[in-house]
This record gives sequence, C-alpha cells and structure tokens, in this order.
Amino acid sequence: MRVVLAEDLFLLRDGLVRMLEAYGFEIAAAVESGPELTRALAESDPDVAVVDVRLPPTHTDEGLQCALAARRARPGLPVLVLSQHVEQLYARELLADGTGGVGYLLKDRVFDAEQFVDAVRRVAAGGTAMDPQVIQQLLSRRSAGDQPLARLTPREREVLELMAQGRSNAGIAAQLVVTERAVAKHTSNIFAKLGLEVSDDDNRRVLAVLAHLDGDR
Amino acid sequence: MNTDQDRSAFRSGAKAALLAAVQGLVLAVVVLPCGVAFLVLTLLSVALVPLGIGIVTTPAVLTGVRALADARRRLAADWCGIRIPAAYRPLPRTANPWTRTVALLRDPQVRRDVLWLPVDMTAGFVTALAPAVLVFFPLQGFLVGAGLWRASVREPGDVYWYAFVPVTGQATALCAAALGALVVAGTWRFPPRLLAAHFRLTRTVIGASRAALAERVRVLTETRRDAVDTSAAELRRIERDLHDGAQARLVAMGMDLGTIEMLVERDPAQAKRLLAQARRNSAEALAELRDLVRGIHPPVLAERGLGDAVRALALRLPVPTEVTVELPGRADAPVESAAYFAVSEVLTNAVKHSGAERIRVDVHHTDGRLRIIVSDDGRGGAAAGAGSGLAGIERRLGTFDGVLAVSSPAGGPTLVTLEIPCVLS
Repeated sequence: MRVVLAEDLFLLRDGLVRMLEAYGFEIAAAVESGPELTRALAESDPDVAVVDVRLPPTHTDEGLQCALAARRARPGLPVLVLSQHVEQLYARELLADGTGGVGYLLKDRVFDAEQFVDAVRRVAAGGTAMDPQVIQQLLSRRSAGDQPLARLTPREREVLELMAQGRSNAGIAAQLVVTERAVAKHTSNIFAKLGLEVSDDDNRRVLAVLAHLDGDR
Repeated sequence: MNTDQDRSAFRSGAKAALLAAVQGLVLAVVVLPCGVAFLVLTLLSVALVPLGIGIVTTPAVLTGVRALADARRRLAADWCGIRIPAAYRPLPRTANPWTRTVALLRDPQVRRDVLWLPVDMTAGFVTALAPAVLVFFPLQGFLVGAGLWRASVREPGDVYWYAFVPVTGQATALCAAALGALVVAGTWRFPPRLLAAHFRLTRTVIGASRAALAERVRVLTETRRDAVDTSAAELRRIERDLHDGAQARLVAMGMDLGTIEMLVERDPAQAKRLLAQARRNSAEALAELRDLVRGIHPPVLAERGLGDAVRALALRLPVPTEVTVELPGRADAPVESAAYFAVSEVLTNAVKHSGAERIRVDVHHTDGRLRIIVSDDGRGGAAAGAGSGLAGIERRLGTFDGVLAVSSPAGGPTLVTLEIPCVLS
C-alpha cells in the first residue's frame, strides 16, 4: 500500500515513516510543506495520504486545504488528517462530501501503533477514522436535548461511540471483548432507536451515524 | 431630465425633513422628562451623600445619567453620523460604594454629563423641537386651508389664529395655507440641519474635547497598566500550569523509564505495567499542553482567523448557537485574540447563567470597527458592573479602545455588544 506523508516536524515525519514501513506500507513520498504535498499527491497517485493540518509556508491549515483540494480533484482520495488538536468544524468539512475515505485523528493516537495503522488501513479502504475526542464532543453536545440518544443504554452508547469512530463490528467486538453477534444486536437496537436506516455497508453506516450526530438540533 | 432630477432631489429632501421632524419630536418628548428627572435625582442623591444614603444611590443614578448620555451618543451616530467621543475612567475594581461614588464624582466625563442635563433640557429641547415645528407648522396651515378651519370657526365672529393670520373664512384659511407654503419653501432644507445642530450642541458639552487629551493619556496609562497586569497574571498562570502539569508528568515518565530499564530483565511483567503507565502519563501531558495552548492562543484562531474560531467555539457549546460572520479580511493578531477571548467569556457566561435555549453571535466589521453582538433568549439580569466577569472583559478590551455594552433586562433577552476599532487586512 502506497502512502504520501506530509508532516513538517522532522522527528515526527521520520517516526511515522519508520512505523508505517515496519507495518509493510510503502512510502511514496514524505514531504514537509503544502505545495510539495499537492505535487506529491498529483504525481504519485497514492492509496492513502497522511497529512498534518498545519504545514509551511503559511503554518495555518495549509495541510487540510491541500487535502480538501486533492479530494475535490479526485473524489474519494483517502486522506487521514493528523493534528495537535481536533475541531468539529474541521471534521465537518472533511465529511462534507459524504464519500468516506477520510480520517481525522489527534497526533497522540500514533502512540498506539496497532490502532493507528488500523485507522490508516480503514481510511485507505474507503472507511472512516474519527478521533474519539471528536465523537465525544459531538455526543456531549448532542445529549443535552436529544431524546433518541437519551434512550440508549450505556452499552449501546459505547457501541455508538466506537461505531462513529469508524470501527467495524469486528473491531468493536474486539475492543469491548464481546462477540460480534452481540455487537450486531446492539447496532440494530441503536439504529432502531435513532430512527436510522440499517445498512450492511460499514462505511455508509458510519456516515449515517455521523450525519445524525452532527445534524441540526 | 433636469426637472426630474429637481423633483427627486426635492422628494429626498422632503423625506429627510420629515424624518428629522419625527426624530426631533421623539427626542424632544424624551429629553425634557428624562433630563429633569435625572437632574433632580442627581442633585438629591449628591445632597444625601453626607447622610450616607447618597453613597448607595449616587453610583446608580450616575450610571443612569451615563446610560442617557450614551443613548444620545448612539442616536447622534445613527441619525446624523456625528461621533461624540467619551472618555470615562474605568471604575475601581472594589465594589465598595464609597470608592465608587468618589471615583464617579471625580471623573470629568461624568461631571460633563451632569452639567449637560440642564443644557439639554433647555437649548437641547429647543433644537430638538425646532425641526418638528418647521415641518408640522406648515402641515397645520395646509390642513386649515383644506377645511380644518371649519372645526374652530363655527359662527361668524369666531377667529382661529394661525400664527399672525386671523382665519375667519375660506379666503383667510387659504392665506394660512399660503403662509404654510412660504414657510416650507423657505425652510424645507433646515430640519435635518437643526437636528444635527442639536447633536453638535450635545457634542460640545459632553464630548471629550481637545482639553481632554490629558484625560485620554490618563485612560491610556490606566488601560496599559491593566494590560500589563493581565498579561503578567497570564504568564504566572501558564508557568504554574506547566510546572504542576506537563513538567511534573515528564519527570514521572523519566522516573518510570529508569525503573523500567532496571526491571526489564528481572520482572518483565512489572516493567510492562510501568510502560503502560509511562504512556498514559505522556498522553496526559499532551492533553494538558493542548488545553494550555487553547488558553494561550487557540489553534483555530491561528489557522483560520476570528470567524472560524468563533464558529468552532460555538460547536463546543451545549446550547445551540448560530454564528454569522461578515469579515472581508483579518484583524491584527492581538485584536483577534482579545475579541476571541471576550466572545468566549461572554458565551461561557450565557451558558452558565442565562438558562438560554438559543444563542446568536453576529461578527461583522463596519465603519472601521469590529462589532460582535452576542444575544441569548435567557433570563437576563446580567450586569457590567464592578466585580462581574463582564467588567474583566471591558478592561481587557480597553487596551484596544474597545467597548462593551450590555442590555439585559430582568426576564431577558440579553444583548452584549463588543466593539473594537481596527482595520482589516
């Protein structure tokens, strides 16, 4: 699997390259600025891009803008965005085109290599990887006046949280140490309580849940 | 073509005259009772200071006088585009009524405001009423000419005086109408000017004059001291947070790593447990640093500017918040930062105290001023007085000559307006 990596801090870039290579990824390009990223994305046609939000030369949200532009040019181009802080505002922009193949994670998540690599693979396969903090913000903001959400059991809320992060049933089952069948049961309960249409497609399922959580109150 | 232009010029002139007349009438109606009431209250309140009662009432009354003067400043800007500068001294932080009374009475701007009351209820009243008279007097003439005279002149011998014209029948009524027409022809350009004269008079009395430059310097010195105090306090807080938080966690992590190094062969299970702990510590140190950074300069503000930073802020609130932003550019970083933290504080207050179900934030830039309006449908009763969180915001905005206005009647709604003069780039 070929990866384009954009990160301006040498230490982090180097660490990410080593980690991804250790897990069998091929690094197509590892760049440190916005213009270089745009060029690398156009030239090397990667399976997934891992991009830091803040990049030179502007040191603003250059990385995010490049990623969004690349996705406009090539819809569905898998992009995993990393940042020192997560904002719902950015998550919303990344998810806006509704095609999936997006990830948005805190840089801290690279501490857990297994989970991080799992997230990269999920995004590359067209799935979603949203940071737990984004989901928690969405849920806590939502739960104030949201009746359907209040009807979920604590366990169902846990499952919903993991589902919204983009995990598959198998992933959720492994995390909560339960069987996949139990997760499937929780999932159908959640969809019934939230009034969402059940879908076998993991990706569509995640997008539906996120849209529900981020919807107008 | 030419007559068309003349006609449209006359039409807009007539509209301006009518508008000025109505505005003048409204002013005149408000000026007299408010002026008299506040002058009496102020004199009474100051007279009662030796008895002690005045100490409590004077700050309230003087705040009322200031509100009256501020309202006139706003009207002057809105109706005639006349800016009346104000240079109030910031109130001392202590809520002690005696110091507040003394500070208020010592403030030259407050004294000017009080002196303005008698001027306003005499000369101010006349200049406010004049535009109304110039428009409504001819109107009366036309109505008399059109037949209104019949209402007063019932029998022969009755006389209805229209100015110096004795109206006794249709012929003299037409004279009255002609007089009205003459007045219109002679004065239709004057009402807006008279209204402007009213506001200029106000400016002469309560405006911070050139002689007040010294006062301005004093205000600047004070706001600068506030700014330095605030930033020193901020630095102390950051130092403490780093010292007790991230720094301590890194020390703990280093210690754990040392222990792990020793244990790794002798007791691998224990070493593994400590490794997990070290990783937790590093994650928490990062989280603490992130919160600290958000408090110093929020990353979205650096990355996207004020508009999106306020939007991101709104997304974090538990109360549904609608944000509209109209900014053609970005303000200087310090102004953006001050505005952001002010909005953040106002929003936190609204969420904590107002019980609001909806909040609206409007950010825009007009006439060289950044204006942010935060409104909520909560229970109201927020005050900008000493000791409240709003006073802190006011002090911090003061560094940029920014102002804060709060309208929050009991029962709501609350409307907080922040204004900072600045240019966008």
